[in-house]
Amino acid sequence: MSSSSSAAAPHSPVVRLEGVTKSFANGTLALDRLTLDVAPGEFLSLLGPSGCGKSTALRIIAGLSHPTSGRVDWPSAGEGAGAHARSIGFVFQEPTLMPWATVFNNVWLPLRLKGRSKASVRDAVMDALERVGLAAFADAYPRELSGGMKMRVSLARALVTRPKLLLMDEPFAALDEITRFKLNNDILKLQAELGWTVVFVTHSVFESVYLSSRIVVMAARPGRVFDEIAVPVPRPRNESFRTSPDYVALCREASDALTRAMQAAGREVA
Amino acid sequence: MAADASAPAAANRTAAPTDASVWRDRVLRVVVPLVILVLFVGVWDWYVRAYGIKPYILPGPFLVAETLVKDWGTLSGALLVTIRITVTALLLALVGGTLLAILLVQSKIVELALFPYAVVLQVTPIVAIAPLILIYVPDTQAAVLLCAFIVTFFPILSNTTQGLKSVDHNLLNLFELYGASRWQTLVFLKIPAAQPYFFAGLKIGGGLALIAAVVAEFAAGSAGAGSGLAFRILESQYRLNIPRLFAGLILLSATGVVIFWLTSLASHLALRRWHESALARET
Repeated sequence: MSSSSSAAAPHSPVVRLEGVTKSFANGTLALDRLTLDVAPGEFLSLLGPSGCGKSTALRIIAGLSHPTSGRVDWPSAGEGAGAHARSIGFVFQEPTLMPWATVFNNVWLPLRLKGRSKASVRDAVMDALERVGLAAFADAYPRELSGGMKMRVSLARALVTRPKLLLMDEPFAALDEITRFKLNNDILKLQAELGWTVVFVTHSVFESVYLSSRIVVMAARPGRVFDEIAVPVPRPRNESFRTSPDYVALCREASDALTRAMQAAGREVA
Repeated sequence: MAADASAPAAANRTAAPTDASVWRDRVLRVVVPLVILVLFVGVWDWYVRAYGIKPYILPGPFLVAETLVKDWGTLSGALLVTIRITVTALLLALVGGTLLAILLVQSKIVELALFPYAVVLQVTPIVAIAPLILIYVPDTQAAVLLCAFIVTFFPILSNTTQGLKSVDHNLLNLFELYGASRWQTLVFLKIPAAQPYFFAGLKIGGGLALIAAVVAEFAAGSAGAGSGLAFRILESQYRLNIPRLFAGLILLSATGVVIFWLTSLASHLALRRWHESALARET
């Protein structure tokens, strides 16, 4: 890897997966030689049926899981930097909040683990809550919030560390459609404001087209990249994009790719 | 961006049940058990009078109350001894059980080495071990305390261990992702997550501490001369002083109720803001 520690070229990827293979103890081949570059500033969706290894890929990028073979490189980060030093934010499928802690304390957590006192980060935490529209709920407990609001707290917690790379694992899968649309818009707005690079795992064609600049369609058994679709629609996007002919055409393209990916997997099983 | 349409419970508190219904609920909570108590005492008194039951078989409720007042000097001293042993055993078990639980979840080896023996200690009936402990430990009070501790220790240990292990895996991932140290994971995640389990153990342990203290005193028998409430009860039985036996029994039950109430209160205060067990269900 020609990764010079600080003076990375503007177009060198944030993270590069090279031939990443992951097999589990029970013999399942979750990922088969996955190669993927994540470019700075892009919104990359991993779209695929369950079992295609998209969540596994995300966990490997996050350092929560380790590849059986292949490598993960961080060309724009220093050599040997720990996973948490790489400035990653992670949003899980569930809000994953500590039920015994207030909204404020939940958002404070990542900074608290770095040894920052409550007083010294008050502004940063309140700013994060402000951005997700929950400043008024700083003292509430998670159980007092709706599902969508819990997810917003989870987002605030991810953005409070000012990550360069945000990893999201089907974050809105459990929410109703109205809340989901709203949060989709929020994500786009936050990405524009904060300049995130996002890797977004989803099984929703519509969500992936609405949000992404690039969609990687994955197939299952073994998990692999099946197709790639560019979404060259300029930002900001809004509700009018959702009803545009472009959107419909791209959804059809992504949906077709997904169908073919599923058939490909099905044939191999049969 | 605006907050979600569905308002949180916090904003709804003004729309809680009306004052009148809250009061009615509170009054019922006191009145219903009181009515049962009065009925019970009434039937008891009537039975003793109507059938001319001798006081050394079954004393009437008023004779028991009278004895409680008359013998208060002896009984309160004994009560104090029993309470002291119970509370000391509970506190020691609390500290010991929690610390050992933390140790067990930190190291698999420690768990393998110690947990089976903690189980052995627990499943062997304390009445059977008590005579041995009374022989080996020269001071009777210390022996009784040790018995009470052994019994109280286990529920707190096993509950807290279970709690420390029952942490949401996603939260563990989150802590790992943000580079939390073992110590931080323990203090900020595992210990708070274990609280509901710990308090369940405390409630069981509180009741058991009193029972074990009484059992150990019984086992000590005349060796514990002039000590706790259990000894006074035994002594009253030997002397056929049944009214005093009843008075002692009532004091023991009252102590048990107070311990239960205190541990429940501690649990409620610690969990009321977040845990489902401490929250009223909205209907």
